[in-house]
Amino acid sequence: MGGLLPENIATLLIDASYLLVAFLFIMGLKAMSSPVTARRGIVVAGLGMLIGTLMSFLYPGMGNFPLMLVAIAIGGGLAWWSGKRVAMTDMPQMIALYNGMGGGAAAAIAAVELFRMTATQPDVAAVHGPVVMALAAAGAFIGAVSFSGSLIAFGKLQGLIKRSFRFKGQQVVNLLIVAATLAIGAWIVASGHPTVESVILFFGLALLLGVTMTLPIGGADMPVVISLYNAFTGLAVAFEGLVLENAAMIVAGIVVGSAGTLLTQLMAKAMNRSIGNVLFSAFGEGEVAAGGTVSGALKPIEPSDAGIMMAFAQKVIVIPGYGMAVAQAQHKVWELCQLLIDKGVMVRFAIHPVAGRMPGHMNVLLAEAGVPYDLISDLDEINAEFETADVALVIGANDVVNPVARTDKGSPIYGMPILNADKAKNVLVIKRGQGAGFSGIENHLFYLDNTRMVYGDAQKVAASLIHAIKAAG
Amino acid sequence: MEGVIALYIVLLAAFTGYEVIARVPVILHTPLMSGSNFVHGIVLVGAMVALGRADTLLEQVIGFAGVVLGAGNAVGGYVVTERMLEMFKSSGERKKKEAA
Repeated sequence: MGGLLPENIATLLIDASYLLVAFLFIMGLKAMSSPVTARRGIVVAGLGMLIGTLMSFLYPGMGNFPLMLVAIAIGGGLAWWSGKRVAMTDMPQMIALYNGMGGGAAAAIAAVELFRMTATQPDVAAVHGPVVMALAAAGAFIGAVSFSGSLIAFGKLQGLIKRSFRFKGQQVVNLLIVAATLAIGAWIVASGHPTVESVILFFGLALLLGVTMTLPIGGADMPVVISLYNAFTGLAVAFEGLVLENAAMIVAGIVVGSAGTLLTQLMAKAMNRSIGNVLFSAFGEGEVAAGGTVSGALKPIEPSDAGIMMAFAQKVIVIPGYGMAVAQAQHKVWELCQLLIDKGVMVRFAIHPVAGRMPGHMNVLLAEAGVPYDLISDLDEINAEFETADVALVIGANDVVNPVARTDKGSPIYGMPILNADKAKNVLVIKRGQGAGFSGIENHLFYLDNTRMVYGDAQKVAASLIHAIKAAG
Repeated sequence: MEGVIALYIVLLAAFTGYEVIARVPVILHTPLMSGSNFVHGIVLVGAMVALGRADTLLEQVIGFAGVVLGAGNAVGGYVVTERMLEMFKSSGERKKKEAA
């Protein structure tokens, strides 16, 4: 089989283009770490991907081009269609889905290599030494876990899988699956000429592990898991890059592997959880905790009075939670804030790291509504400012403003960094009903003397607040 | 590729990845995770090679699946990251846009 160009020219072009790809990826990621240049970053990285893909058609000794084009059209077309349509609130699970596909692709590359070794008379060119086989197997293992694990994460966040499957000794079972997979993998590498059955069993167990590892993890912890699988896929891609001696895959895979690991740690820290905790303990979902005793009463207020309170304030800090996003109220809330800004009120948004479905998700949702990013502050920047705020407006947030995280050592959320809304002169809480937060813990903020509750759908309440402020002149 | 050189590449790339992300603000965590998710979509080129060199039907089927998945990772990762980052604008940029 020949390639599209003479071999030496093709190799030179490919090597040169992969160097460029690596450069563009790193520049792109670097630009993506600042909001000013982020947009340019993804375009730069995208250019790298385009160059790399086009040049790869020139690889010497390749055939099956029609099949390849059909496959790219199917995978790329479906991803384009789904990526353009997905709502911003559903972004975390889409990232999980695309990430799983990458892991699956890495596992598929390994599968082709390993199955080739099972042939009774393997092609001389296809015979790998033990080191290369070990790399292929390692990439296959990580990639397959990332594939099935990400699909489960997608299913859970999308609401396709409703419950968490937990049983006693689950960790032991997972550990046994890990041990069995590693043992078979080691045997495949050591034999140098594995049987077809052993390769199938190897992949089957690795896929099973991704499922059993992910099923018990609760929805709240899912972002950390998705980020971890993102790093896994990066590593798997790098391992298969070493097998194929493909420099672009090695560099991109390792960069994502290390960046993804760091990002996972940052996310876990922002959520006051450790990675080990996420993977091996089953918090994160509906465990009813002792509420502690609350003194005082919930004091409701009409939207019209709340509106007047804000219209005559000097400084308002808005604390949005996932409840606001669920009610699709971010546009109305921004309209309300613009009205206040026009009246000379200073408005800031305070974002807790876990305000959305994953750290940074709420920023995306606010950006979608049109809120400029310089009005948005994170926890460390804004917490000192609550004391000077006339109104803290809490919309659909609960645990992230619960002062017991600071005061009650017995509380499950004790130690979690919170937004100090209770320090503001007045607190307005927009809430659907009287239920407790997602952790099931009573929120002491709601019972404070300076707190007033505005009950109702966040979007409708925001509309009535706008009406009230306009009426106040 | 020389084994030792490959190890050097791995080492330097690992440091690069760490350094690039080290000072990223929380507001960009989600888009950046999506962006790094896009970058490992380069697995597509490996899957193309695997399919391009496949001889047996089994290899072709697995290679085909690999290219479908890899293309999905690359294209999907790009589209959602671009959509998210496109929305990040400062007050100044917004005013300019409204004035225009």
